[in-house]
Amino acid sequence: MALLDVRDLSVVFKRKGTRPFTAVDGVSFSVEPGQTVGLVGESGSGKSVTSLAIMGLLPKRGAEIGGSVTFSDTELLTLSDKQLRDRRGRDLGMVFQDPLSSLNPVITIGLQITEVLERHRGMTRKEARVEAAELLDRVGLPDPQRRIDEYPHQLSGGMRQRVLIAIALACRPKLLIADEPTTALDVTIQAQILSLLSELVSETDTALIMITHDLGVVAGLCDDVNVMYGGRIVERAQRHDLFERSRHPYTHGLLQSIPRLNAPRGEPLTPIRGSVSDNIEWEQGCAFAPRCPNATDVCWSEPPELKADDGRMLRCHNPVAIGDAVTEGAL
Amino acid sequence: MSILSTRKAEKIDSLAEGGTSLAMDALRRTFRSPVAILGLVIVGLFVILAIISPFIAPKDPYRPYPELKAELTPSNIPGPMPGFLLGSDQNGYDFFSRLLVGAQQTLFVGVFATLIGVAVGMIIGGLAGAFGGWVDSVLMRLTDIMLSIPSLLLAISIAALLPGSQWTVIIAVAMIGVPVFARLLRGAMIAQRSSDHVLAATALGVKRKTIVFRHMLPNSIGPVIVQATLTLATAIIDAAALSFLGLGDSDWRRAEWGLMLGNAQELLSVKPSLAFFPAIAIIIVALGFTLLGESMRESLDPKNRR
Repeated sequence: MALLDVRDLSVVFKRKGTRPFTAVDGVSFSVEPGQTVGLVGESGSGKSVTSLAIMGLLPKRGAEIGGSVTFSDTELLTLSDKQLRDRRGRDLGMVFQDPLSSLNPVITIGLQITEVLERHRGMTRKEARVEAAELLDRVGLPDPQRRIDEYPHQLSGGMRQRVLIAIALACRPKLLIADEPTTALDVTIQAQILSLLSELVSETDTALIMITHDLGVVAGLCDDVNVMYGGRIVERAQRHDLFERSRHPYTHGLLQSIPRLNAPRGEPLTPIRGSVSDNIEWEQGCAFAPRCPNATDVCWSEPPELKADDGRMLRCHNPVAIGDAVTEGAL
Repeated sequence: MSILSTRKAEKIDSLAEGGTSLAMDALRRTFRSPVAILGLVIVGLFVILAIISPFIAPKDPYRPYPELKAELTPSNIPGPMPGFLLGSDQNGYDFFSRLLVGAQQTLFVGVFATLIGVAVGMIIGGLAGAFGGWVDSVLMRLTDIMLSIPSLLLAISIAALLPGSQWTVIIAVAMIGVPVFARLLRGAMIAQRSSDHVLAATALGVKRKTIVFRHMLPNSIGPVIVQATLTLATAIIDAAALSFLGLGDSDWRRAEWGLMLGNAQELLSVKPSLAFFPAIAIIIVALGFTLLGESMRESLDPKNRR
């Protein structure tokens, strides 16, 4: 039994006077306890909206959510606001992209941790403070006894992200969603934060959904990878399969646009042509067709289905041929 | 004990080295400018005067003196004489002592009018910002109505409806500030509602009440505080205006600058200083609060951060 089962999730933003915009379109995936699943895609591919929909954080007005999200036998999408609040932070945790703006600037980081402990674990202020210091210690914040009384602006970006991770894991959630947790950080700090995350989730057997546009992050962390484009999953595979033999031209393109250390000197990077368009249409054909090097007539006339193919799920009429893989030693 | 003090010292060290909070930084920048210092000096002296004036006033401001009364006729109000620095007012009271004590009454009216305005405005703005939706719409249309009436006209209407007393003045003047504070707080709260850290707190299942009071309100209150300083200046002027128009305090004996100015208007040809000194005092104090408030507003503006 999967811990989290997302079935046919769709999110349509509707506003008076504008055309409804489909941000997420029939996304299905599941997460087993302790598993790390990646959601990969460019900006605008619907990965963040997917995570917000799972957490129930999308605005009630203007966003129409369909499908189902089952979390250990509970349907999350139909829970009342109050029931959802009881679960958020306790069963489901979330780490956001920007560690500075995600912390309240006017209260100490200690208070921001104890707040959650008091809320979900019924601790007194005193117990929570002791626990908070332990948590800070565990996420590798130096001198937690002192730092606990500091304000967010007194910490560096990496330390702030550690604090956010400590807060998200304070109640030992079964599932943690990390929405681009390293994007706002220096490269050296990125690696530290990622290894901290993977260490903590394996220690506590927490399942992790890693949302990122950075395939390097995926390569280091995820068991299963879902590649999203235009609100749909276009390829799902195990990490090794994906990196060794990417089949979808989009995934293929993403991998080819990563600089490689062992590439011949002067070899140009191959970017994906164009950019994500605002009104992606899956109705008439493949939404990636305008940017796809393999596109043929069928791609423009018939939307591809997500089908099992070669030990993975693939949504493509003209996948990259098996022998044609890029990535030996890419990452 | 020693451990505690070391920890405190460490904390101070870390504060000194590890950047300063927005508020501290703003405060420091505020008092780099001479204008702000001038404002602070005026306000400081005014507040000190208001506190100590009953003790330093040379004469009782609420009692007529026979030596003044002896020379008082409808066409002649005694000027300076020994023991009475500025002579008499129209009732044979010591004008100088009344002027001093007037600082206290004026500050009292200004502070309470502003505080009530802030409190009511924050309740309205806070509710609107916290709930949004129809609550927001109803409350904001209400403040729109209040804002559409010219401020002094609004104060006059309220003062005319209520019996003439000092609290009437205070409430009437407070109502001028209410829509302004409501708007300010509501705007700041709405900005907070869509901020990342409120989203993060929501994602942690923090209760609505906690989110509003711990995460949204403290982050929204800065502009309200600045506006309150500026409002103090206009509150004093508005209170004086109400008194001047005869809509204020019915107790003519109270030593309050606006009231003194209002009562002196028929005597301009007899003894102009009766109007001149309270007016000058009001102008200086209002200027002080305005200078202080403006420089605070400027330094809290993130665009001006250096």
